[in-house]
Amino acid sequence: MSDSPDERSEAAADAADTVDAAEAADATDVDVEDVDHVAGLARVDLEAAEREAFPEQFAEILEYFETLDEVPEFDREAELVNVMRPDEVREGLTQSEALRNAAETEDGYFRGPRVS
Amino acid sequence: MADVNAFITEETIEGADDGPLAGTTVAVKDNISTAGVETTCGSRMLEGYVPPYDATVVTRLADAGATIVGKANMDEFGMGTTTETSHFGPTRNPVDPDRVPGGSSGGSAAAVAAGEADVALGTDTGGSVRCPAAFCGVVGIKPTYGLVSRYGLIAYANSLEQVGPIAGTVEEAAALLDVIAGPDPHDATTREAGADANYAAAADGDVEGMTVGVVPELFEGAHEGVVETVEAALSDLEAQGAETVEVSLPSVEHAVQAYYVIATSEASSNLARFDGVRYGHSAGHDGNWNETFAETRSEGFGEEVKRRILLGTYALSAGYHEKYYAKAQDARAWVRSDFDDAFADVDVIASPTMPVLPFELGEGIDDPMTMYLADANTTPVNLANLPAISVPAGTAEGLPVGLQLIGPKFGEETIVRAASAVEE
Repeated sequence: MSDSPDERSEAAADAADTVDAAEAADATDVDVEDVDHVAGLARVDLEAAEREAFPEQFAEILEYFETLDEVPEFDREAELVNVMRPDEVREGLTQSEALRNAAETEDGYFRGPRVS
Repeated sequence: MADVNAFITEETIEGADDGPLAGTTVAVKDNISTAGVETTCGSRMLEGYVPPYDATVVTRLADAGATIVGKANMDEFGMGTTTETSHFGPTRNPVDPDRVPGGSSGGSAAAVAAGEADVALGTDTGGSVRCPAAFCGVVGIKPTYGLVSRYGLIAYANSLEQVGPIAGTVEEAAALLDVIAGPDPHDATTREAGADANYAAAADGDVEGMTVGVVPELFEGAHEGVVETVEAALSDLEAQGAETVEVSLPSVEHAVQAYYVIATSEASSNLARFDGVRYGHSAGHDGNWNETFAETRSEGFGEEVKRRILLGTYALSAGYHEKYYAKAQDARAWVRSDFDDAFADVDVIASPTMPVLPFELGEGIDDPMTMYLADANTTPVNLANLPAISVPAGTAEGLPVGLQLIGPKFGEETIVRAASAVEE
């Protein structure tokens, strides 16, 4: 299973909208609008019970995350090296194998929702 | 014994006619891809999903002659400490059916404890092999990051997770690790280590002259019965010729926070792939792109998965990234450095695997913070990329207690050796 770069860059662009929210609000003060905003970024609709429970739970969890402020800065990248291999053609999935789990297909392609 | 709901799918996959695991039955956690056999991750999202290829560890089981007997139940996408977040109902602890088996590899540990499989594969992102091993009274190993291929493991948090063995004895767990360890061209994070492993041979119980570091921070706040049982096991190691010394790891006080920031951040990215188009549950394609995805994901994911995706999205979003994600990476580097320093003086590091006894079913599932804090002793190991084993240390109040032994990077032989002495 591979990530779709398009989805991720779109989410990143949307996430940039939250800068103002970060500056304006105390991070441990979470209301239902904050939860709805993040749910929108993540493309996850919430059930009513989840919308009700999440603000308080998130406030408690984020307050716990705040203790990371006590952590000193560390040099973190020292031991990383790239691992490369030659870019050679290899056997992969057949078209029918790749399409087998799709909810809808058409003429050998995935069929998805309209984009606008 | 009554059905403990250890399996999501019971299906036999025969391996080669002979090999080191010929005649051995294996339960495989249901986030590990099996070609032609449904692989759900314990989620409605992947109900009915049939992988077109095998995970590398499954290929290695088959080549070694093992017989896979089913796909083991698990917390949804590995997100849980009790196996109660599974879409397919909770697994029960074979030791006490009113209690949880631990998680997230609860089905794997329960299958072994109940005798429904000889050995099992689980996956460990923040303790998910060691926790259920401890709660079910069996052995579980979280290998060094990069020892075992993750190809075909459906990702939750790539930088933290490893596939690991669960078995009734240290030697059997080590023998299963021998089969799955070693480099894989399909996973660029694997290393040469483990190519010709014989970890099973290290289960010789010889701890004469071994130095065991005991971390006070990992005993603080633990259940009294857990502490007493683990201390008794350590005294027993001393009687066999090991020396125990106290080692302080101040960074571990921040491990759970760092773990949950990093794991949820990675999860929010990894689980973005589930959109109902290429595989998995689909709510239909009636609305536009964004509405359809949000509805599909609302129906397909359970509450804990949504909670973690949202927390990770929050932690990575602009304005909060430096505050949470960057600081969590600092904490991760600090934990790694603390362990490096400690291993200059000791051979292995010991702690209770879990600071608590197995929860009763339903006891903590509605309180995410309580659940997260139960991972205090296991998450530092994943942050530091180290190997660790949970071995039964005895019982408290009639319930199993696990001793965790942590080794230096690729020090699997040392933790197997130390753990085998605990069994004697």
